[in-house]
Amino acid sequence: MSEIKVKDKNIVVPGEELAEGMDFIPSGAAFRENEKIYANRIGLVQLEGRVVKVIPLAGKYNPERNDMVIGKVVDILMSGWRVDLLSSYDAVLNIRDAFDRYIKKGEDLTKFLQIGDWISAKITNVTSQKLVDLTTKGHNLGKLQPGRIMKISPYKVPRVIGKKGSMMKMIQRATDCKITVGQNGVIWISGHPEMEILAYDTIKKIDEEAHTSGLTERIKQMLEKETGKKLEDEGDQI
Amino acid sequence: MSYDKRIDGRDFDELREMDASVGVIPRADGSAFFRMGGTSAYAAVYGPRQTYPKFLQNPAKGVLRCHYSMMPFSGAGDRVRPGPSRRAKEISMVTTNALLPVIDLKAFPNAIVDVFISLPQTDAGSRCAGICAAALALADAGIPMTDMVGAVAVGRVDDKIVMDLCYDEEAYKDGPVADIPVAMTHRTKEITLLQMDGEISKDMLAEALEKIKGAMDKIHEKQVSALKGKFEKVKAEEKPAKI
Repeated sequence: MSEIKVKDKNIVVPGEELAEGMDFIPSGAAFRENEKIYANRIGLVQLEGRVVKVIPLAGKYNPERNDMVIGKVVDILMSGWRVDLLSSYDAVLNIRDAFDRYIKKGEDLTKFLQIGDWISAKITNVTSQKLVDLTTKGHNLGKLQPGRIMKISPYKVPRVIGKKGSMMKMIQRATDCKITVGQNGVIWISGHPEMEILAYDTIKKIDEEAHTSGLTERIKQMLEKETGKKLEDEGDQI
Repeated sequence: MSYDKRIDGRDFDELREMDASVGVIPRADGSAFFRMGGTSAYAAVYGPRQTYPKFLQNPAKGVLRCHYSMMPFSGAGDRVRPGPSRRAKEISMVTTNALLPVIDLKAFPNAIVDVFISLPQTDAGSRCAGICAAALALADAGIPMTDMVGAVAVGRVDDKIVMDLCYDEEAYKDGPVADIPVAMTHRTKEITLLQMDGEISKDMLAEALEKIKGAMDKIHEKQVSALKGKFEKVKAEEKPAKI
């Protein structure tokens, strides 16, 4: 006899029993021990049929292949740059994954990227020992232009982006800022200084209230009040 | 002579008043405060992050490193010398060992998780309060854990088994005293810390260790409400503010 012990959207703590019996499958931050399923991190329960999933609410960014991230150059190596992704591990950007033009052996790499520069990049590979490779070849990747950098919890990034990017589109339309969101929770904002601050505050609010319902509507009202613009509903917004 | 009434008027199996909260140190990756009567502990977790010194690295799984320290003014009056004393090093080590069985760092090769425990005020049971705070802070930091850990001291004063001794009981003069700090996992009730100062009979020890399970459940309840409270607080705050 199988039984679910929690409700959808419940907040669970490590070691909390989620389900009993072999009819359910653990996913995300959940694990099975004997007949029972437990959570192994603080997170939000998501029940989808037979799958018991726990979406973590805290923790450092876990680098994954094909993620778009924003990082800071912290060191210059023999053939590339070391990049801090605010994760448990640093990443390496190799010269040949960074620029199309040929770079001679021994050439001064600070001509291209200096220590302290922020870049947007894509993760090309993560090994079992968590060595992370980056590339800056691609649309919207490379050194970031002057703007504002903010950091949020990486687990709130999906909420900041919204369904099919709806939340992000709304903030960009309201503030006329260029915004890039890295999967590691680092966000780059560039635009009119006052609007940058509004975008910053809006994203901060989403970060704090990500697990509550009716957030999109509240954010819309907040942006409309601050900018005086009327934001049209998009078809795909729920 | 027998010990009929506890010095602070508690029942023999009554714990001191507890307080718990998480996220008290915003700069840390995870943090917690835990108070047990006159003993308060802060714990801050940093990591998983790069391991220094490098020789501590383990390519198979992440490392846990705890650091226990009493603040200089935290004692009964004498200044506690800051820095790692023999006692502080021992407690750091037993705290690490008490938490390690529930921490799952397989996904973090070569990395380290640092736990810093500081006690602004102590009145016996400081390692137990430290472990309770550290377990909360680790959960708050999103470190994978298979279970929660709680800790409390049990012991005997004269002929009675008492729970959660305060300092005056530890220093009781008119009879034999045993002070036994215990840490236990919540689900499986496995003992991860067991030390003793004093003397106790085998039967009394067995009885004491059986009684402590009820106390652990109370501590666990407090820990869970602190962890869940952090998220429910945001929910509650936003309701009255109708935009």
